[in-house]
Amino acid sequence: MSVITSTAPRRPMSSADQATSPEGRTKTTGRQRMGRNTRHQAISGWLFALPFALAFLLVFVLPIISAVRASFFAQVASGGLYGGGERQDTFVGFDNFVTAATSLSFWRGIGRVMLFGVIQIPVMILAAMFLALLLDSFMVRRPGVWRLLYFLPYAIPGIIAAIVWSYLYQPELSPFAGAFPSMGGSPFFLSPQVMLASMANITTWTYTGYNMLIFLAALQAIPTELTEAARVDGASGWQITTQIKIPMVRGAALLATLLSIIGTVQLFNEPSMMRAVASWMGNDYMPMMMAYNTMMGQISPSGSGPASAISILIAAVAGVLAVAYAIVQSRMSR
Amino acid sequence: MSTVSTSRTKRQSSARPTPPPSLAPRRTARVITTIVLCFVLVYFMAPVVWLFIASSKTTAQLLSTGSFMFADLSWGANWSALLEWTGGNFPRWVLNSLIYSCVAGVAGTLISVSCGYAIAKFQFPGRRVLLAVTMGGLLMPVALLTVPLYVLFHQIGLANTAWAVIIPSMVSPFGVFLGQVYAESSVPTELLEAARVDGASEARTFFTMVLRLLAPAMLTIFLFIFVATWNNVLLPLMMISTNELKPVTLGLYGMSTYFSPNKGAMMLGALLGVLPLIVLFLSLQRYWRSGLAAGAVKG
Repeated sequence: MSVITSTAPRRPMSSADQATSPEGRTKTTGRQRMGRNTRHQAISGWLFALPFALAFLLVFVLPIISAVRASFFAQVASGGLYGGGERQDTFVGFDNFVTAATSLSFWRGIGRVMLFGVIQIPVMILAAMFLALLLDSFMVRRPGVWRLLYFLPYAIPGIIAAIVWSYLYQPELSPFAGAFPSMGGSPFFLSPQVMLASMANITTWTYTGYNMLIFLAALQAIPTELTEAARVDGASGWQITTQIKIPMVRGAALLATLLSIIGTVQLFNEPSMMRAVASWMGNDYMPMMMAYNTMMGQISPSGSGPASAISILIAAVAGVLAVAYAIVQSRMSR
Repeated sequence: MSTVSTSRTKRQSSARPTPPPSLAPRRTARVITTIVLCFVLVYFMAPVVWLFIASSKTTAQLLSTGSFMFADLSWGANWSALLEWTGGNFPRWVLNSLIYSCVAGVAGTLISVSCGYAIAKFQFPGRRVLLAVTMGGLLMPVALLTVPLYVLFHQIGLANTAWAVIIPSMVSPFGVFLGQVYAESSVPTELLEAARVDGASEARTFFTMVLRLLAPAMLTIFLFIFVATWNNVLLPLMMISTNELKPVTLGLYGMSTYFSPNKGAMMLGALLGVLPLIVLFLSLQRYWRSGLAAGAVKG
């Protein structure tokens, strides 16, 4: 009995393995006890996993199924838009997908997200890695204090960070925005040309410290003996950094970038908040805003069908981007 | 799996206050590094300091006085303006946030570690599927679930209740992942065996022994769920329409969309919406790091 359970966490085996070849294990445990143990493991395991599994089913699986189903229906308003019950669901096949996928504003939103991500994510990841390398290099006293202060913006809710920055972008309130020229009637940071950069700054401010901690954890997992041996062999600090440390945090960089891509695709707080101070922005400025406002009846065609179709398309784009990134990354490291 | 625990011990042993002499950098390098780090520090901290100062000013003072200078401390005036503006609901919003985040945090932590423990220590049919699906959930853009979640919760009559915010916030694939990693490395299988031989039920073993061993992981998971719940705007924005049920972030979001908001009151509201998190964050910061470390090492 102890043989099975002690190897269990290391080498997961399916229940089929156990059921078909119970004799092949050890001679000290009888067949009957083995069967009872398997059943005991199965029942206890499921009882411990059940609450989460049910909640996961309700919060992740069912919504996905219902979104897929809803995306094939359109809502014909016979009552108010918010009435819910009065709306008539009509099956429309792939119409919602066609409408969303041929909508110029949807692809404009996707384009903005991609432009945002292509610039913001590398800047943030490289800055986070740079800061982590500095803090890991024995060049400063008390790296813990720096680490804590750099991570502090992460404790500030995204919407509140966006409120604070949207005030800091207004020349009459801000210590720095007055020094920049206004662009076509809008304050510099709130103008159409600069808006994406202004939002990128907010996410960079919030998440750089978080990503820095991911890198620091990976850096500290490198054994000190390794860097010290390199130093003894005559490697310079620069060589140690570029040839030992950076290659060894590649996994952390992959993780941080993937999480950032996923976070960028669902950007909602920052654009919604900036819209409150920059009225030229449309309610479909970014795809997640478009999905929300479609659901809430502010973008036509509205309702859960079109909104679900948009959400599914965004998820598909996110998946494609994440997979593409992972493939490029593995090609490059080969 | 075993690599996780070995690299964790390495990391702990390398919490090194003094470098080995051969790694000590030159003095000029140290000075330049410190200067660079100071500039970065200004970038990260200035908005926080500015928020604190701005919350002490009325709108007129915000427009007329220097940004980083205190004027008359008008916290009192801003507080009354804030109460008047929100119809007395502001303290209630903060309380709502506390309640939603605490309930989701406690319940979410329990179901996460329980599931992580099951995956780490039990063989049951569907274990691999559960593991794979949970890992998939880790990479799921959760905001996209909000629209269908609203439709679903509307159908079962939970929309516009506290549960509509709490239940989705409880489900944390990251929590399960963390619970599993910790259970693998810090709950000895021999101990479970011994408890079984002594005739203790699985539930008793779990609640009296396992949870105690997993306490650090639980604090980390609690923190992550608490903060994620507190920070979420889209979910309550979809789910909650009653003013009295709003969490503070949603309340502030609504206030910020006013045509000409009272900026001083707004800043005080923002500060009060952040303060509980900063306190929690500073007092429990080492649990953040252990959680992120597990993710980074695994990743």
